[in-house]
Amino acid sequence: MSEFILEMRGITKQFPGVKALDNVNLKVREGEIHALCGENGAGKSTLMKVLSGVYPYGTYDGEILFKGDVCRFKDIKQSEQLGIVIIHQELALIPYLSIAENIFLGNERAKKGIINWNETIAQTKKLLQKVGLDESPHTPVGQLGVGKQQLVEIAKALAKEVKLLILDEPTAALNEDDSENLLNLLLELKKQGLSAIIISHKLNEIAKVADSITILRDGKTIETLDMKHDEVTEDRIIRGMVGRDLTNRYPTRTPKIGEIIFEVKNWTVYHPVYSERKVIDDVNLSIRRGEIVGIAGLMGAGRTELAMSIFGRSYGKKISGEIWKNGVKIDVSDVSKAIANGIAYVTEDRKGNGLILIEDIRKNITLSRLGKISNHFVVDENQEIVQSERFRDQFKIKTPSVFQKVEALSGGNQQKVVLSKWIFAEPDILILDEPTRGIDVGAKYEIYTIIQQLADEGKGILMISSELPEILGMCDRIYVMSEGRITGEVSREDATQEKLMRLMTKTAIQEGA
Amino acid sequence: MEAPMRKAVHRSSGQSVENQRLSIGQMIKNNMRSSSMVIALILIMLLFQVLTGGILLRPLNITNLILQNSYILVLAVGMMLVIITGHIDLSVGSVAAFVGALAGILMVQHHASVWLTMLICLLLGALIGAWQGFWVAYVKIPSFIVTLAGMLLFRGLTMVILEGQSIAPFPKTFQNMSSGFLPDVFHGGEIHLFTIVIGVAASLLFIVLEWRKRNSQKKYGFAVNPAPMFALKLAAIAAVIMIFTYILATYEGIPTILVILAALIIAYSFVANRTVVGRHIYAIGGNEKAAQLSGIKTKRVTFWVFVNMGVLAALSGLIFAARLNAATPKAGNLFELDAIAACFIGGASAYGGVGTIGGAIIGGLVMGVMNNGMSLLGLGIDWQQAIKGLVLLIAVAFDIYNKNKAS
Repeated sequence: MSEFILEMRGITKQFPGVKALDNVNLKVREGEIHALCGENGAGKSTLMKVLSGVYPYGTYDGEILFKGDVCRFKDIKQSEQLGIVIIHQELALIPYLSIAENIFLGNERAKKGIINWNETIAQTKKLLQKVGLDESPHTPVGQLGVGKQQLVEIAKALAKEVKLLILDEPTAALNEDDSENLLNLLLELKKQGLSAIIISHKLNEIAKVADSITILRDGKTIETLDMKHDEVTEDRIIRGMVGRDLTNRYPTRTPKIGEIIFEVKNWTVYHPVYSERKVIDDVNLSIRRGEIVGIAGLMGAGRTELAMSIFGRSYGKKISGEIWKNGVKIDVSDVSKAIANGIAYVTEDRKGNGLILIEDIRKNITLSRLGKISNHFVVDENQEIVQSERFRDQFKIKTPSVFQKVEALSGGNQQKVVLSKWIFAEPDILILDEPTRGIDVGAKYEIYTIIQQLADEGKGILMISSELPEILGMCDRIYVMSEGRITGEVSREDATQEKLMRLMTKTAIQEGA
Repeated sequence: MEAPMRKAVHRSSGQSVENQRLSIGQMIKNNMRSSSMVIALILIMLLFQVLTGGILLRPLNITNLILQNSYILVLAVGMMLVIITGHIDLSVGSVAAFVGALAGILMVQHHASVWLTMLICLLLGALIGAWQGFWVAYVKIPSFIVTLAGMLLFRGLTMVILEGQSIAPFPKTFQNMSSGFLPDVFHGGEIHLFTIVIGVAASLLFIVLEWRKRNSQKKYGFAVNPAPMFALKLAAIAAVIMIFTYILATYEGIPTILVILAALIIAYSFVANRTVVGRHIYAIGGNEKAAQLSGIKTKRVTFWVFVNMGVLAALSGLIFAARLNAATPKAGNLFELDAIAACFIGGASAYGGVGTIGGAIIGGLVMGVMNNGMSLLGLGIDWQQAIKGLVLLIAVAFDIYNKNKAS
């Protein structure tokens, strides 16, 4: 037996057109907590999917050694049999089933298909005690808060006699107390001999629990740091995470910035289901004419929630605060009012929320403002064709005609259709949520050009992006969000990746300390 | 019914719209879905024409076909809109029965005037639609459950107000709605001359409208069908209209109900294809979330689609009562399933967002011709039902096969 419980060597995973993992190495010692760090899209989740067998042997290159033996997993079941258990960011619990039923789901205490409930309950009680959860095994999981659900997930992993536990962003949805609790439990389980891999954006948490850190960037292993021997500071980690070469991937432009045209004042939003949870906390921001304003933040920082709540209250409950445009307070209480007031929102989820995939390009483009091409509520289809053809030419949407169904287009072309749709609505303020997600480099450049043109026409742009280079390359001014609050405002001149990353990982705990 | 003109859209051809020429093969391919059902309908008609020894297409039987299926077709028109928004309405048969019962009570027992009764009945239909639309659109209860409840509720209420009895007979003017014919103002004798005149007028109107559409498309510089093909298409459709009206003319002429049906089909096709609200209905069914984020008042539109369904269910109930010349507790039994089957045979998607009014009519006619043909052959109701079930399944399986092949 080697000192490593897990060795992943030279893992390369290819998706059509993208190399998600490129010769990645990861070594986890027996009985340690190993943190995996990297920006969104660095390849952390892909690596864990390779490890757990979601991507079966044969779909990647490289080898996996678990306890010194070579493993070739065909599916998750096989990796779980060896004791490798992954807890995903979105919890995989069934809300209507009890804690006991969830813990032993797919792993039932049964003989010949008949479940031994006494055994199940007894073991559940033991497991709940181990993870420090004081609930009846019969309680439906849906009645528990997210923090307790996370503990049930861990109990479920323990029931499978886990040797190596993988946690993907375990505290992303938890409040401070629950996070603290969870991290302490991890340390406790470590003492009992459990090895763990934790994926987290929160550097203070990593500093607290991790014994070593592996940093991924753009699908490559950058370095592995030992918390005890190396001088590990947050700056050191951040440098590892963002330190890439910036080539000229953004069109150059000289911004023509005018007066303030759009303001959000004291904007507070609560979660639509857990109505005591504040998702957006007293946000204030402004956009000037011709300005591209960025919002940076990690996943779960509340960026999309902020955008959607502004756009006709499409997200959240108990929304308070004011929206001003051109010095006048405006009503954005539903989407059609927001559109009428000149606001447009290009959603992050292009296929789910942005487009009607089974309809053709022209009907998608005109949908948000059919009135523009209608006489007495009758659509002038000839006008519609002419107008949408214009967008096809202007934005070089690659399709033989505007009668093509949107589902047949590539991601980049779909995004151009969404942009056309909102430009057709003639807004003054465009909120772009991850406008280049899932789009190849060439199309990205075209989208950037379109965004800059819009700004130069005098519109105000609010651009949400998870890619820091994109934010730095495109924006005139940047707001940084963390945990629903704006943690900083940085001008283009002052912005560096390190500075933004520090603000993005700034949590309420740190501020209090 | 006007099938929406689709230009050839093939990914492989890198041409722009302006210089695209349409081949017949391409056009058939593009309209595969809707035209395949038209072809199926024609084949089914030919099959039964042969099997019944020519009875199917006799003037008397064609007239019967229209009279027999009118109330299902009316329901199918409304049901298509409901299905396009991604919902379903199981209550229409019961609503039709309930409205028919009310009509009986008002006209037969209280001697209310025919027109007043019909107005009240249609309003009641709207009210019932509003009731169900409220639960579906605003309370977000699945339409399957709301209308299943409605199916039981209104069937029960029908029996309550009829006290288990049938009410008959209706005044003659009311009966004429579904069994009367347009009078022959020209007194043509053997041949119903007025019907021929209407046939000619309809053909001319169709040609003028198509002509104007083509000219307007030309003005915008769009590709249009080459002139010989355009002429051929016009001639073929005009011929169908003329043959159809001629067949009717050799019997009693145009049934009153056909006029109502034609008006409904044209009006609803126009709303679905050409108006803003039509677009909104398709958008909601295609992707409700995206529709909402495009500023469409999804709840309001869904609500009104159900109100509309209520009105059409009421109309269907009136037509059925008038045809039967009685209001009975059993009226409208299983109408909902016939109407839903018509929509799916006619190309609607169970996931919403897809379907045409024309498709619903074709689907309804496929079912109607099969009913009629099998009855003529003396096939029992048991076998008829079994065969109709299989046809529904095959039609939808064919649809899914086509879609998988396309993608």
